[in-house]
Order: sequence, then C-alpha cells, then structure tokens
Amino acid sequence: MSFLDIHDLGARYGSLRVLDGIDLSVEQGEVVSLIGPSGSGKSTLLKVITGLMKPDRGRVTLAGAAVDYSNRKSLKAARDRLAIVFQQYNLFGNMTVLRNVTVAPTTIKKRNRRQVEEKARELLDRVGLGDKLHVYPDQLSGGQQQRVAIARALCLEPEILLLDEVTSALDPERVSEVLDTIRLLAKDNIAMLIVSHEMSFVRDVSHRIAFMADGRVQEIGSPEQIFDNPQTDRTRDFVGRISRVGH
Amino acid sequence: MHYTLHFGQVTPEIPYLLWGALISLELSVMAFAGGMVIGMVGAIMRLRGGRWLSRLARWYVTFFTNTPQLVQIYFIFFALPEVGILLDPFPAVLLGMTLNAGGYLTEILRAGLASVHQQELDAAETLGMSHLQTLRYVILPHIFKVVMPAMTNQYILMTLGTSMAAIFGVEELTGRAFNINSTTFRSIEIFLLTGGIYVLVTLAATSLLALVGRYAFRARVRIL
Amino acid sequence: MSPDFLSDLPKLFTFYNILLWGEAALTTLLLSAVGCIIGMIVGFVLAIARQSRRRALIPARILSGLFVEIVRRVPFLITLMLFFFGAQVLGFDLAPLTIALIATSVISTAFVSEIIRGGLETLKPAQLEAAAVMNFTPLQTLRLVSIPQALPIVIPPIFGYFVLFIKDTALASQVGVLELTQAGKIMTTKGHSAFLVYAVVLALYFIVSYPLARLGGYLENRLVLSRHS
Ligand SMILES: Nc1ncnc2c1ncn2[C@@H]1O[C@H](COP(=O)(O)OP(=O)(O)OP(=O)(O)O)[C@@H](O)[C@H]1O
Ligand SMILES: [Mg+2]
Repeated sequence: MSFLDIHDLGARYGSLRVLDGIDLSVEQGEVVSLIGPSGSGKSTLLKVITGLMKPDRGRVTLAGAAVDYSNRKSLKAARDRLAIVFQQYNLFGNMTVLRNVTVAPTTIKKRNRRQVEEKARELLDRVGLGDKLHVYPDQLSGGQQQRVAIARALCLEPEILLLDEVTSALDPERVSEVLDTIRLLAKDNIAMLIVSHEMSFVRDVSHRIAFMADGRVQEIGSPEQIFDNPQTDRTRDFVGRISRVGH
Repeated sequence: MHYTLHFGQVTPEIPYLLWGALISLELSVMAFAGGMVIGMVGAIMRLRGGRWLSRLARWYVTFFTNTPQLVQIYFIFFALPEVGILLDPFPAVLLGMTLNAGGYLTEILRAGLASVHQQELDAAETLGMSHLQTLRYVILPHIFKVVMPAMTNQYILMTLGTSMAAIFGVEELTGRAFNINSTTFRSIEIFLLTGGIYVLVTLAATSLLALVGRYAFRARVRIL
Repeated sequence: MSPDFLSDLPKLFTFYNILLWGEAALTTLLLSAVGCIIGMIVGFVLAIARQSRRRALIPARILSGLFVEIVRRVPFLITLMLFFFGAQVLGFDLAPLTIALIATSVISTAFVSEIIRGGLETLKPAQLEAAAVMNFTPLQTLRLVSIPQALPIVIPPIFGYFVLFIKDTALASQVGVLELTQAGKIMTTKGHSAFLVYAVVLALYFIVSYPLARLGGYLENRLVLSRHS
C-alpha cells in the first residue's frame, strides 16, 4: 500500500460540496503535484488531510494506518508524520526565526534541545537564512518567511511534506529562491504533495501530477503525460490555457 | 452556609423601584443632553478655537477626566455652600454629571469632527450640494457613524453613574433600593433585583441607540 | 477665596494628616491595582472560556458571557452594596477594605475580560491552525502562541482601564474604606472647610491619575510600534 492513500474522500462547506470522491496516493519518497483551476478544492484537500477540516466521507490512510479524524489520538499520530507549509507562511509572530523552527520539535515532540537546535541552524543555513536566526518574522521579506516556514516544516522530520501554493504570495523575483529550496529537498528521500500554479516547476520536480477539477482528480500521470499527452479533454483544456498564458 | 433567597418581601416594591428608575433615566438623559452641549462647544474650541480657547477646552477635559465624578459632586454639594452657592441634591448631582460628561463628550466629539476629511467636503461640493445639504447628508452622518459607539458607551456609563445620586439623598433607583434595604433588611434580594433593573434599563438603552444609529445614520453598534 | 480658607490650609497638612492623606492615596491605588491584577488573571480564564469552541465548555462559555455582560451593566455602587450587606446577612465578618477589594476585583474582572477577549479576537486563525497541525495541545497553543501574542495588544487598554478605575474606587468610601474620598469626609467632620478639603481631594486624585494617564498614552504608542523585545 502507498504511504499516503486517499480513497473516495469527500468534504463540504455547508451545502457547498468541495471534495467529491478524491482518489489519490503518494508513495514513500515520491513527489506528487496537484494542479487545477482556482476553487477546485486543492487547499481544501490539504486541510482535510491535516485534520483542519472534517471529511464527510471516504478514507485517508497514512503509513498503513487509517486516520480517524474524530479521534484525537489517531489525528495526533497522523500529524506526527506530516508537515505542511501554508500559502501564507503562518510563522508565529511572537517567536524568533530559530524559535519558530525549534518550538515544535523540542516542546511538542520533546526531542533533545541541542540536537534540534543544531539541525535547525543547518536547515536555516541551507535555505540561506543562517544570519537571521534571532530576527522576528515581520522583519523578513515574504520569500524569507516562506523559506523559514519550509525549514520549520522540515525540522519536524516529517515523512511527508504538504506544500500549498508556497510561492503565490511572493513577488516574482522571490519565487525562484523558494522553488530552488524545494527542488533541493526533492532530492532528499521525502514524500511531497505539492499544490502549485508554477507549471514549469511542477513539471520539473514531480514524479506524478494530478489534475483536479470539480472536487475530483480527473487525471493523474507522469509530467509528460499530463503536459504533452493529456488523456482527458478537461486536462487538455486546462493545460492548454495555462501554457498560452505563458507559465 | 445556608441562605435562602426570599423575594416575597421585595417583589411588592418593584413598582416603587421602577418609578425610581424613571428618575434615574431623567437624570441620565438631562445630564447627557447638557454634556452634549458642553461637548460640542468644547470640541469646536479644541479644533477651531485658536491657541487659548483650545487650551482652555483641553484643561477642562484633563481636569474632569482625571478626577472622580463622585468627588466633583461632593465639591458641588458640600463645598460650594461655603461660597454661598446652595444646591438641592438633584440639581447638584445633575450639574456634576453634566460637567463630567462634558469632558468625556468633548473628546469623543473632537475625534468625530477631526475625522471629517476635506476630500469628502470637496466631493459634496462637486455634487452641487448646498452647505446645509452637505451638513445633513455628508458631515453629520459621517460624524455620527464615528462617534455613535463611544457615545452609546458614554450614555450607558452615565446611566450606571446616576446611582451616585443616592449618596446625596436623591430617591432614584439606587436611593429607593437603600430605602427598602433599611426597612426590610432583605439586602441580597434587593440589590440583586435593583442590579437586574439596571441591566434591563441599560440593555434597552443600547438597543434603542443601536436602532437610532442604524436608521438615522446607518451606523452599526454592537448591542451586547 | 475668603481668608479663613487659607488659614485652614496648613492645618490640613499637619504631620498626622499628611500620613493620613498618603495612606488614603495608597489605598486608592491599591484598590484599582489589585482589582486589575485579579481582573487580568480571572479575566483571561473567562475570555478563554468565552472563545472556546469545545462542546464540553459550552456551559462555562455561557456562564462567563453572562457574568461579563451583567456585571458591566450594574452600577459599581450596587455591586459594592450587594457584597457589603451580603457579607453581613451571611454572617461573614469582613473588613470594609476586604469587601471593597472583592467588589473591585469582580467588576474589573468583567471589564478586563472583555478587553482580553477583544485582544484574542485579533489573533489570526491561521496562527492557531499552524499550531494545531504541529500537534500543540490547546493549552500549549495558549501558552506559546495566544497569550504571548495577545499580551502586547491588551496591556495598553488594560492599563488605561486601571487609570479609569482609580476614579471609580472613590465609591469604596461608601462602605467606610479609608481611601482619598473617605479621607476627605473625615477631614470635613473634623471641622475643616469642605471647600478646601474637597479641593485637596480633587487635586490628589489628579496628581495620582494624570501622570498614569500620560504613561498609558505613551504605552499605547510604544507597544503598538514594537511588539517584541
Ligand atoms: N472557509 C470557507 N468557507 C466556505 N467556502 C470556502 C471556504 N474556503 C474555501 N471555500 C470554497 O471552497 C471551494 C474550494 O476552495 P479551495 O480553497 O480548496 O480551492 P483551491 O483549489 O485551493 O483554489 P486556489 O487555487 O484559488 O487556491 C471554493 O469554491 C471556495 O470558494
Ligand atoms: Mg488554495
């Protein structure tokens, strides 16, 4: 069985059905990207996976264990294995960069403080922020904040990393620095589920790409299949429109 | 510790208390109206009064907002007679509350007036409005939108503040509660009941002011 | 001002009277300060209870909401009398100062809790989501995220309330607490001119309140500018 396995997942906001039977899987160490029109439910899917929103049908299995989202223990166990980086960085405003990265591993996961700090420094170095350890988030640019958020997620040592449009709030010149960071990580053996509108990046970094529309995965396949030889009209439409806009 | 609440002795006094509440209401409305007059004059002095008038208004506000209303009324009631000014309890309390409210309302209205921007006036002029129309349709609604929440809050505080009148022998709601307390000794029941009446009176006042704000000036005021 | 006022002035400030004024001014400050400190502690708990979305906490949420809304709509004098006569009726033998401290604490708890609730509401939900996804428990979220972020926002208005409240504590004189207003009453019964005495009382309140009010304004500007350090 896959590392992350999603079967027939459904969710809604009130009467608005957003996810309508999602089937998706991510293998260990695999990078899967989600693309699709705005409002197709990509963020919602990540919210459901991370337990920020309750599904109303279907099943999520993580590392072989079915996640029961109304059971606190089960949810906690699932969250222990994953990390997410949000579109809007969500760094804690009351903590320094270093503390943002170390707070969960030390205080929540009770790992050894010295080792965590060492690892945090190394990660922040890798994302190019080794000189900003004791600065507060609002003293950083958007791109820098996003890189801290990525370091924070990685310091949790997750088995799977979820990224939700991590570049969409950034100026164009900041996008590449964040994408480069992720590319670097993609070489490490960590599973990733990436939501992105950066088609060239997605194509470059993903093992498989899933096209989502109307609350379902319409097509999933290799980057070559999705971009050069889409099997469904909707995917062809979407990819065609996106590349004409010049992404 | 066993104590059973007995409202039996107290409930017959409810009409007596409610008439007292009417006196409280009278006091708060009069003091608020007087305070508004002082507040408007004060706010205009602060903004347009030139150096000395503006200073005078500021000193007034500083004095009345940094000393207790209770002691201000003490001064009027107990000290002024020494210089030949003798006031009955009700007018003394009314005067004290009015002067005090004038200080707070000056600040509230000043903030409201200061928030009217020249662009809006220019915009009104380009629409071809007369001065009076500009006042009626642009300036006043704008000011009230800004000051309505603070004014509502001030009025509620003043309604609660009227209970001080009891200390000087005015038989408003609290004064009447004191009267009943000294004859029945059902203190807990009486003060719970009286407190309840204040809660209802202030809730009614907030709702009413919220309605006024909504329909007259399209301002939104939180009721609870 | 007539000359007898002026000749009375030195007598108001004999050594013992100065001690009395000083003690009274300290009591005035104490009433407001204790009220606000207890108000902050209990107010935080109430504000958190009011914010909570947990089903098990619904009764606590309703009760604390009622408490806050009711207490803020009852005159201080009535609350004070309720505690004063209530203690008598129930047979508690409490000093006036104790009763006044209890009453001020109850009242400021309601007001401060409302300030804190406003502060907690300004926190971005995304911050709490980030904490939840990293497996913070609700208490850890509170301790590590909500409280540290809310504190700088709520401290200036709480301090402002503390300064306002100094003047409200004048009512404690009605149950015989020796604070500034009561000191004035005592002086007049000793035969001093009421005009002079209450002018002094007003002046003393002003001396206590005005610098603190200025400090409050300064805090507001400063804390808003730099949220950490
Ligand atoms: N908090 C919410 N309350 C109600 N409806 C919501 C909420 N958040 C999202 N929606 C709706 O759910 C649908 C899916 O939203 P979602 O954010 O998952 O889309 P998305 O695929 O991430 O879009 P985008 O690419 O613009 O980020 C949209 O129709 C949106 O309007
Ligand atoms: Mg989204």
